[in-house]
Amino acid sequence: MSGKIVRGGAPHTGSTAFINARIVDPTANAEYAGAILISDGKIADFGPNLFASGAPYGIESVDCRGLYLAPGIVDARVHTGEPGEEYKETLESAGVAAAVGGITSMIVLPDNEPPFDDASLIEFVARRARQIKLANMYAYGALTVGLEGKELAEMGLLAEAGAVAFTDADHAVGNAQVLRRALYYAKAFDALIVHLPQEPTLSGGHMTSGAMATRLGLSGVPPLAEVMLVERDIRLVEMTGGRLHLSKISTAESVKVIAAAKARGLKITCDTAPPYFALNDLAVGDYRTFGKLVPPLRCEADRVAVVEGLRSGTIDAIVSDHRPQDQDSKRVPFAQAEPGGVGLETLLPVSLELMHNGQLTLPQLFQRLSSAPAQLFNLPGGKLAKGAPADLVLFDADFAWQVDRDDLWSKTKNSPFDERPVQGQVMATIVGGRTIYRHDSFTPAAAT
Amino acid sequence: MGVPRLPHLLGIEGLAPESISGLLDLSESYIDQNRSIDKRRDVLAGRTVINLFFENSTRTRTSFEVAAKRLGADVINMDVATSSVRKGETLLDTAMTLNAMRPDAIVVRHHESGAVNLLAQKVNCAVINGGDGQHEHPTQALLDALTIRRRRGSLEGLLVAICGDIMHSRVARSNIHLLQIMGARVRVVGPPTLMPTDIDKLGVEVHYSMRSGLKDVDIVMMLRLQTERMQGSFVPSVSEYFRFFGLDTEKLKVAKPDALIMHPGPMNRGVEIDSEVADDLDRSVIHEQVEMGVAVRMACLDALIGGRRNTLGAAA
Repeated sequence: MSGKIVRGGAPHTGSTAFINARIVDPTANAEYAGAILISDGKIADFGPNLFASGAPYGIESVDCRGLYLAPGIVDARVHTGEPGEEYKETLESAGVAAAVGGITSMIVLPDNEPPFDDASLIEFVARRARQIKLANMYAYGALTVGLEGKELAEMGLLAEAGAVAFTDADHAVGNAQVLRRALYYAKAFDALIVHLPQEPTLSGGHMTSGAMATRLGLSGVPPLAEVMLVERDIRLVEMTGGRLHLSKISTAESVKVIAAAKARGLKITCDTAPPYFALNDLAVGDYRTFGKLVPPLRCEADRVAVVEGLRSGTIDAIVSDHRPQDQDSKRVPFAQAEPGGVGLETLLPVSLELMHNGQLTLPQLFQRLSSAPAQLFNLPGGKLAKGAPADLVLFDADFAWQVDRDDLWSKTKNSPFDERPVQGQVMATIVGGRTIYRHDSFTPAAAT
Repeated sequence: MGVPRLPHLLGIEGLAPESISGLLDLSESYIDQNRSIDKRRDVLAGRTVINLFFENSTRTRTSFEVAAKRLGADVINMDVATSSVRKGETLLDTAMTLNAMRPDAIVVRHHESGAVNLLAQKVNCAVINGGDGQHEHPTQALLDALTIRRRRGSLEGLLVAICGDIMHSRVARSNIHLLQIMGARVRVVGPPTLMPTDIDKLGVEVHYSMRSGLKDVDIVMMLRLQTERMQGSFVPSVSEYFRFFGLDTEKLKVAKPDALIMHPGPMNRGVEIDSEVADDLDRSVIHEQVEMGVAVRMACLDALIGGRRNTLGAAA
């Protein structure tokens, strides 16, 4: 924990110049040495020639010393324990972890207690976000009442209250008729539906089927359980013309089928999460419950295919899939352990491996992390544009460190990346022009 | 000896052939003791062994209890059905509580795979896996090996068929590891719905018919059909299962004439094994397996917490 959260500051006013930065512009697919000028919380100007002759006179300026400056991360899949399981994570502690992770906007999942199938809960999240004053927080509405996959939730009322999209979180909708009606009905509000494709009747196991599960004596989930629902969902999109986004794509077959659907011109998008491009089922090792996730970690060939899907653009976005679990939920026999891992603080460093390995350029990486999800969920941040909110992340792409669960800011420590050596560290996180997090090794000695 | 002692016996996987041979040799020495009038030695005098059974088991628990008592240890049986575990105490809290009583060994049986590994991380004493979920049951594989070795001299080169409900069987997994480590060839035989995914990657030959699976085998190991672990339909009916996968004299004809018949017990007569075969005194070694079980468990306790502390060493 070598940094500082800056709480409660007033909204940004006046002008601030970030100079001597390596600007990453995902929308323009460009990376260059330059500067960004922000005014009253918004981006006023940016480019390679801005302040090229030195620091501007008379306004506050921050010397970025050659570090990367990119649009802040828009994380479309965050579970917090609030309301219901505040001992695991609150919106505030998630907001802190997001700030440390360079995340300037996050969308929280609706699978809380109570689930977000009522407009008041969407308003509750918005109110809490205003109090917490860290990252921007948005909420999904439940797709079905109680996330039970049976009756449609009040999508119109939820949307009016601010729900940015609809999902049953990690519960797949097994009933095709229900999802078909949801996709039809959502068209009235031009709403996006986010679905986790896992055939529920095949998904009762605890890890991916295969030699590893057999050796450990754990019941398996066949990897094809994913592509089965991907294929069904694609047909439902064809049938209804609805907007569907598939979440946490984790197998080679799914990537292939989605690529083919996109090639046919279907409006379908998808995301994945770091465990699926950076880990495989070996991480379950000796019954390591931190490696128990939904969907389960897959084999190496699937991992490689997910990386390729990110490279080719078949996979549009990367989400953290942050899901805090306390010790009592994880320090139990594997089959009894709750699935999920914390991911807000490791999202950027683990994703940067794609850049270090030559699989994605930095602008491409920030398309997946920032601009694509912002566009998909129709959020204001995630891009460099004049008039856009000054939501930015300043980072050192080479800073090497090792993930240590005890150093995480999240309330719970269940990181599947515990002990992993990573490269890349957030140096500052800026939301609406206001710096909400600053790493100790970046002191904002104002350039004169 | 200079080799580190293995702190626990959690599974067969990863053990060196020398460790297994060493344990079997030590077991041999206890067979005669068990057959004599004075069955008790004080190898483990003053030591405390706790039998912690989260799953009902009369046979294995009794076997461990007899083994520990014959070595002079004090034995406590934790009856989980009436204990605080039922009141919601977690596995690790139970482990820590027992650990504070300073036992020398805990024998654990649990219905979840990996539960014994988890418990072993939290205690300071030796842990013996008495069977965890569908993972391993190492002392069963050792007693099977001892039974075979005494009848056949060695395991090397034998052809062994493990038949029936492979998917739900920890006995099958431990035996697959042990038999292959010791140079035997292993076939698994059963309906495809009871075969775990990619079982062939463990080095075994997979057969879906008893006729091909039992052909020319030296040993037939039958497994109990574990209906209590089954969710959903794996086989249409017990009678159909017996017709195609139950062991009877007819199906046994293709095996070697002197093939041994084994079963870890308890048997479901008329489900996976016909009484005529089970009770065939020339070929069935089922009761011998039970006898060897006590000797093997004495050897394991001795090796882990007795004076002879390097028997498992090479595997650590």
